[in-house]
Amino acid sequence: MSSFALCLAVSAALFTLGVVGVMVKRNAIVVFMCIELMLNGANLAFVTFSRQHGTLDGQIFVFFVMAIAAAEVAIGLAIIVTVFKNRASINVDDVTMLRR
Amino acid sequence: MLAPTALLFLPLLAGVLINGLFGAKLPKGLSAVVGCLAMGASFLGALIVIPFVRAGAVPDEVLWTWMSAGSFSVDVALKFDALSCIMALIVTGVSFLIHIYSAGYMNHEDQRGFSRFYAYLNLFVFSMLVLVLGNNFALMFVGWEGVGLCSYLLIGFWYDRERKEGDTTYPSQAAKKAFVVNRIGDFGFLIAIFLMFTTFGTLQFDAVFANAEAAAGGVALMWGKPVLWWIAALLFVGAMGKSAQIPLYVWLPDAMQGPTPVSALIHAATMVTAGVYMVARSNVLFTLSGVGLDIVAPIGIITAAFAATMALTSYDFKGVLAYSTVSQLGYMFVGVGLGAYSAGVAHLMTHAFFKGLLFLTAGSVLHAMQDVGDIRRMGGLSRKMPITFVTFAIAALAISGFPFLSGFFSKDAILLVAYQKSPVIFWVGAATAGLTAFYTFRLLAIAFLGEPRDRALYDKAHESPAVMTLPLIVLAVLSAGAGAVLGMHEDGLFYDFIGGVLHAEHGAATMTPMYISVAVGLVGMVAALLIYKGKSADQLSRGNPLLALPRAKWHIDELYDAAIIRPLEVASRTILWRIVDKWIIDGFVNVCGAAVYAFAGVARNVQTGVVQTYAAVILVGVIALLVKALL
Repeated sequence: MSSFALCLAVSAALFTLGVVGVMVKRNAIVVFMCIELMLNGANLAFVTFSRQHGTLDGQIFVFFVMAIAAAEVAIGLAIIVTVFKNRASINVDDVTMLRR
Repeated sequence: MLAPTALLFLPLLAGVLINGLFGAKLPKGLSAVVGCLAMGASFLGALIVIPFVRAGAVPDEVLWTWMSAGSFSVDVALKFDALSCIMALIVTGVSFLIHIYSAGYMNHEDQRGFSRFYAYLNLFVFSMLVLVLGNNFALMFVGWEGVGLCSYLLIGFWYDRERKEGDTTYPSQAAKKAFVVNRIGDFGFLIAIFLMFTTFGTLQFDAVFANAEAAAGGVALMWGKPVLWWIAALLFVGAMGKSAQIPLYVWLPDAMQGPTPVSALIHAATMVTAGVYMVARSNVLFTLSGVGLDIVAPIGIITAAFAATMALTSYDFKGVLAYSTVSQLGYMFVGVGLGAYSAGVAHLMTHAFFKGLLFLTAGSVLHAMQDVGDIRRMGGLSRKMPITFVTFAIAALAISGFPFLSGFFSKDAILLVAYQKSPVIFWVGAATAGLTAFYTFRLLAIAFLGEPRDRALYDKAHESPAVMTLPLIVLAVLSAGAGAVLGMHEDGLFYDFIGGVLHAEHGAATMTPMYISVAVGLVGMVAALLIYKGKSADQLSRGNPLLALPRAKWHIDELYDAAIIRPLEVASRTILWRIVDKWIIDGFVNVCGAAVYAFAGVARNVQTGVVQTYAAVILVGVIALLVKALL
């Protein structure tokens, strides 16, 4: 197996792990970490293709994604802290108030 | 013709806007000046048009296209011919005098009421001009509804007045009644317009009349009558409403709740003659279909006689005149029904003068009597109000057909045609002429002659100011002298002028009907004077049992109430409200709401509020899209 295919396979595995985590985990922080996994899977794919095609576009994208992910973590953790303060729980199943 | 047209219409419109929008802020009296000036300008416009029409045919003045849909098109266009111009002249002329008179009569109103009154009056004349000058039935209908609205507004002018003691009705009620009864007639008119459109594809007068012959012999529409017969008959239903003919006359006597100048202008001189004008204008339809002889003339003569009996017994000054108006309108319909269209229009004109005058003198009397209209409290007023008395006497002589006054000529022309065409109508008409003379002079004898029956009122009575007596004098001159343009046997200037539109019905000229009607009229006058002069109030009240029924207005109001109004109210309340409204209409709406609610109850289960479910749905969607893209 070439290193290109290997990298893509790792990227897909990371992304899938993230998706499954987001689906099945109940702890909001773990869900959050899984989202990070998905992002990094995507990043790996970007870098792989960038190297394969010999262009820098993908790598630039990765920097953007990392910056956005950092911002998202800041906001996301703040939301989780606020939810915990209010409801004494970070179980995502408990946060369904917008339903009605 | 654009300049006279503008002069006819625009000042009135300006008057309506000024008095209607800013009236309350104008200094008192300026409203009257604005209203009268607008009216005078319009009258001038009508005068200017006459020489043009006399000189030759004037083309229709097309102002703009009102609506156009496929082959159907209605223009806002005006027709200037002898008939419409004579109508315009009568309407604006009499209105002008009454506008001036109103400045005196309505003087006790505050500025709000004053300006409102003049705004309504101007609007009325504007609508009336649209009615008589429009060159198609749609525009005529616009004017028709416009005058109906103004009539409603003006009958209910004192809308906050309660029922006065001894009265059967009060202004707001009377206004409603007039409007509703007129709607019944308008409904007939509307259906006639629809039929006309489906038959001729146009509503323009000339086009309809040119094609009428074909429709006269056409296939039977209903009850073996061709479509033209139905068109004419339904048009006449409209005329019955507006011109107060049996069975739709009941609103006119009640309309006397309005201010007296309104009674004179709208409910005697102009608006109520709109039906006669409409029949005369559509003379082709009425002659060809035979509706004139089938319906118009019989209804006319029955109304004339029937209303005269009620005029005979009323104790209310204006009530007598109201029934007299119904009766005289019946006369006009006899004329136009029998095919003597020009004679009918001639009577329309003379009636506008002498009946307008009778009502204005009534206003003058009411003014002096502090709004007491009961003739049993009057008497001897000729000494207090000489001008009012003399003008009233001239009008009374004119309506009674006294030789060489205007009513004599116009009534004679109608009776002559009746004499030649239908003996029954002639004899009933002649008898009605006797009744007319009798009730008019009964009024004169009771109110103006003899001794005062109510001292307190009599002592306060006074002649009206010049602004009111001047119009009386002008109308008296017209009532007396208008016969000069008519002439015996339809040979005067009037018939010469109108002959281009309405051909005079010349039979063998004979003097017999004239002798008969004059003799009957004189007998009526003398009898009334002999019977009623000097009778005390008690003697007057002690009614002849024979006259109890007409005095109770033949219980027609009660009959309509029991036969139509009550059942309608009960049906509305029980069936329409409790069943149709509450169960069917409300039920339908409620079922719609409940169905949406129930569906939403099911559909909202999709929204769980659990973020991970949404994520799963998104994932499935993305996978589905990917699969589709790859395959």
